Amino acid sequence: MADRIVPLGEKRLMDVKLGELGSWLGKRDFTPNGVLASIRNGHDRYYNKYINVKKGGIGGVAMLLVGYVALSYMWEYDHLKHDRWRKYH
Amino acid sequence: RFNLFKKVPTIKSPCLPRLVQLSHLHTSPNSQAPVPALPEKGGKTRHGIIPEEIFQLLYPKTGVTGPYVLGAGLLTYILSKEIYIINHETFAAACMGTVIIYGVRKFGPDVAAFADKLNEEKVQKAQEVKDLAMTSLAQAVLDEKKEQWRAEGRQMLFDAKRNNVAMLLETNRRERVHMVTNEVKKRLDYQIALQTLHRRMEQEHMVNWVEKNVVTSITPQQEKTSIAKCITDLKVLAKVQQAKATA
Repeated sequence: MADRIVPLGEKRLMDVKLGELGSWLGKRDFTPNGVLASIRNGHDRYYNKYINVKKGGIGGVAMLLVGYVALSYMWEYDHLKHDRWRKYH
Repeated sequence: RFNLFKKVPTIKSPCLPRLVQLSHLHTSPNSQAPVPALPEKGGKTRHGIIPEEIFQLLYPKTGVTGPYVLGAGLLTYILSKEIYIINHETFAAACMGTVIIYGVRKFGPDVAAFADKLNEEKVQKAQEVKDLAMTSLAQAVLDEKKEQWRAEGRQMLFDAKRNNVAMLLETNRRERVHMVTNEVKKRLDYQIALQTLHRRMEQEHMVNWVEKNVVTSITPQQEKTSIAKCITDLKVLAKVQQAKATA
């Protein structure tokens, strides 16, 4: 897929080569507007792929719920640390 | 199917049940292009929670079991390092998970069919509205064409009216010509009558005058001599007649 030369900052993550990762991160737009735009973009992509379809399956909502569970577990980890069975792993 | 529960700001078309986001379409909000149809099925997921892309990503390198082995390894790792800690909540999660999975497996298709039916009804209603609008507009087009055809016929109406008016004018003209002729004739007749009267009167007057003069000019003397002459003439005639009768 070499139809035109895309500047590094606009490449998608999967098209960035490992060596360019640092400079790619540097070019991304971290202003509040840019962050909001990327959040909206991500939301749109997820929504249009999994939810905004004629026959959506359970995957669309289930993935969100699993993500929520995982995220809340991570946030509570400091509390849960005390329930560990062994001290040294 | 979960479109039923999502509320997203929509644009224009109030009858379309599809909740399409603005960023999904062309950039201007007043585009006239038809809305692209929704995809039939969403992105595929394996076991409901893992997107199919992971499996496709690992397939070339590790084949079919790759992601499962990866999952098992990750699970072992987080359990052994106690990144995931087994406590009372684990049991609760296990119970809930079982119930949820059982519920989804058993009632999933029915709920899906129900939601599909609701969507179907919405789409059908919108389609009916659209069809009604289409038929009425097509009918309006036909009526308009008919009106245009009728308007063309107006030319014939105008021609007929023009003919009428021309006929009226012609009649009027002829009447007036007749009237003129009659009037002129009357005047000429009057002149003729006047002349004949003149002539007759002159004639009669002359005759009377001549008669009168002659009568007055006959003196008694002349009268006697003419009477005597008449008598002798008569006698001669009688003699001749007698002679003829006896001869």
